[in-house]
Amino acid sequence: MARLVHASDRALLVVFDDAITVAAGNDVRVLYEWLLNDPPAAIVDLHPAYATLLIRYDPLRCDPDALAREIEHRVGSLSVRPVRNGQLFEIPVRYGGSHGPDLAEVARATGLREDEVVAAHAGCVYDVRFVGFSPGFPYLAGLPERLHTPRRGAPRSHVPAGSVAIAGAQAGIYPVRSPGGWNVIGQTDFILFDSTRGSPATLAPGDRVRFLVAGIGS
Amino acid sequence: MSALCVMAPGFLTTVQDLGRPGHAAAGVSASGAADPVALRIGNRLVGNGDEDAGLELTMVGGSFHFEADGVFALAGADTGARLGDRDVAPWRPCKAQAGETLVCGALRGVARAYLCVRGGVAVPLVFGSASTHLLTGLGGFEGRALRAGDRLLLGSPGKGATFDRAVDPSAIPGYRPGEPFRATEGPQASWFAPEAQAVFYDTRWRVAEACDRMGIRLSGPSIRPVEPRELATEGVLSGAIQVPPGGLPIVLFVEHQTTGGYPKIANVIAADLARLGGLRPRDTIRFEAISVSAARALLRAQEEAIDALFF
Repeated sequence: MARLVHASDRALLVVFDDAITVAAGNDVRVLYEWLLNDPPAAIVDLHPAYATLLIRYDPLRCDPDALAREIEHRVGSLSVRPVRNGQLFEIPVRYGGSHGPDLAEVARATGLREDEVVAAHAGCVYDVRFVGFSPGFPYLAGLPERLHTPRRGAPRSHVPAGSVAIAGAQAGIYPVRSPGGWNVIGQTDFILFDSTRGSPATLAPGDRVRFLVAGIGS
Repeated sequence: MSALCVMAPGFLTTVQDLGRPGHAAAGVSASGAADPVALRIGNRLVGNGDEDAGLELTMVGGSFHFEADGVFALAGADTGARLGDRDVAPWRPCKAQAGETLVCGALRGVARAYLCVRGGVAVPLVFGSASTHLLTGLGGFEGRALRAGDRLLLGSPGKGATFDRAVDPSAIPGYRPGEPFRATEGPQASWFAPEAQAVFYDTRWRVAEACDRMGIRLSGPSIRPVEPRELATEGVLSGAIQVPPGGLPIVLFVEHQTTGGYPKIANVIAADLARLGGLRPRDTIRFEAISVSAARALLRAQEEAIDALFF
């Protein structure tokens, strides 16, 4: 059962589940799209994540308790709402070598050969659960279980833009240079964020991603 | 268009307005002035709108040359500024003549000051905002901190009149120096035992050297959840106080990453956010628990007090 908490004096957090489940992810997406297309007054920002939706509002322009009741009402009526059909994006990746400095470590940790890691990573379709962390960074679900590996012991202070990375059950791509602790296994030129567009992030919750092997090594 | 030329940039000077909320779902945090109360008052002193862009000075000011006659105000820290042979106090509108240079020194008391010029600083807007997001190079002047030789165009003045006197912001609720930072319960407050929460609220925390627009790290005793638990990554906002496994809290600030996976014990209230922008390494601070409704009342009182300065 979903619960609603005051995350601060200017934000509500809808928690659909404490675990990362497909059902919670779908509920987040449906509520997010509903609030995006038909926002109650005073909503400033929405941030969907794995199992939660953070709703930031202007406390000078609304009664937080009335807003909470409105959100609760919508949470109770999600089953009748439509869901947007996502698009499939194919993203070419140069794996390993200087493009993927952690490919060898992932191979070692999983007991696979490097080309087997690449084949597994590029051999499935991922769901975009949400975008967050840094501009355009997609959190992807669907990483094959045999590729689940812990984060790097020490995060890097600078992960280059375009780095294709995995951590635990998660997969993602760093769209801009940023700090990061995920294992970088490849590199892509695919544009994930463009501030000149109305919708700056290329990917959105509900889209799907397939990685294409553009090269291995060097 | 008239312009302001950067002769010396100071320690870290950026173009900021009130930020660009509304893009968290694209992974973009709002950015904006670290001390929006100072920016808004500075803007009102020169007859600008609250949302106009000014320059955010950090720790050490800079020198700025007026190409044409202009009206400006400094707000926030006293920078010991001089215009020609005149001293320039903060919180009052001043006239500059074409060819004059405003020289700002080391900031006193708090970490940030704002230079607001009548007409505002004109840079291309990114998602409706002039704010610089330093980490990602978004917005502001070429997405970066200002350098010597940068020439900032000024907008045309709006209908608002320049204010006729100095203001004293020291009585604004939430803006009084030295007060504790009021905080509401964070979404994972219950992960921490009452003893750990008592330590959090009783400690005089020291602001660590790692204190910037992304976040403010604190040093003091370690606080830990009752048991180690995994938090599914969720959206976060400025003012959230997250506790990583090491136990030392981090207050997320205006350029925070939009999601986080650490438990949040508390959240600094809206009325006290501007004062976070004043914090410097080695300052000591304390937190005080408050309810959501009391926090909202404080924010209303703060807005009324800001308006009352300009009656």
